[in-house]
Amino acid sequence: MSERIAVFGDRESIYGFAALGLDTYFYELGADNTAVFKKLCQSRNYSIIYITEAAAAELDKEIEKYRSEPSPAIILIPGVSGNTGEGMSAVRKSVEKAVGSDIFNE
Amino acid sequence: MAVKQVNPTRMELTRLKKKMNTATRGHKLLKDKRDELMRRFLEMVRENRSLRMKVEEQIRQANANFVLAKASMSDETLKAALLAPKQEIYVTTSYRNVMSVDIPVFDTDTRTPDPNDIYSYGFAFTSSDLDGAVKSLSDILPDLIRLAEIEKSCQLMADEIEKTRRRVNALEHVMIPETQEQIRYITRKLDENERSTQTRLMKVKDMMLAQAHGY
Repeated sequence: MSERIAVFGDRESIYGFAALGLDTYFYELGADNTAVFKKLCQSRNYSIIYITEAAAAELDKEIEKYRSEPSPAIILIPGVSGNTGEGMSAVRKSVEKAVGSDIFNE
Repeated sequence: MAVKQVNPTRMELTRLKKKMNTATRGHKLLKDKRDELMRRFLEMVRENRSLRMKVEEQIRQANANFVLAKASMSDETLKAALLAPKQEIYVTTSYRNVMSVDIPVFDTDTRTPDPNDIYSYGFAFTSSDLDGAVKSLSDILPDLIRLAEIEKSCQLMADEIEKTRRRVNALEHVMIPETQEQIRYITRKLDENERSTQTRLMKVKDMMLAQAHGY
């Protein structure tokens, strides 16, 4: 079965991905973003979901749920407003979980 | 340590000894699994970190390109240009088993083989900055997919390592000492029983001798 790749985030940051053939879903202020994101995760059509760090901040709980699931892979990417370091801290979280402390801390 | 109540019988002792054997063997195996998982995980997480740094930098540049492109054309033209993408990407996920963790491997496939299909617009009304921006984003894509693969693998492996470590600790610090204690208790009890039978027999023998011969 072939799946697709979704990108979720504010329009400014991700509209370019549409040209590459990825499905873009826009994060909108005031809209029910959690519902949209939930639907994306549960649809099973997407094996990879890229999400901007800014949008991810609000959907922390949902993302956490899928950390130990084999699919989909939810990957944080920096948005147009700059890098918040949230993506790297997700990697750090994995290390902390496995090793017990963050051994790559510099 | 508080010992769970066990029947001091030979049958129970055999059972416990068997249990002890299994526990020790399981402990050794799980420990090996944990060590190997950890080694692979550290290798992978190192790659994850460097790849993420690279990708984040590239995305930053691509975003800058898009901002430039946006500045030199109207919003409507931009929206119209990217409204109907020509290219589509399909992902086939297969799983590779690493120390009992199924880590995903993503194979991508595009709808058309033509690399120029990422430009979903005619070149007449859009600025050349947009072409550059789209191209820069397209160049990142393989790295982005590799990042997804490796980051998901790291998350899954971290989970498995945590579980395995708990199992190892439970065996090492609870199960094995408890069983040892129980085995020791039963052995002592059985020995004690045997000694008491021995003394009783000796005593009875003395009494019988006294009765028969008047010693």
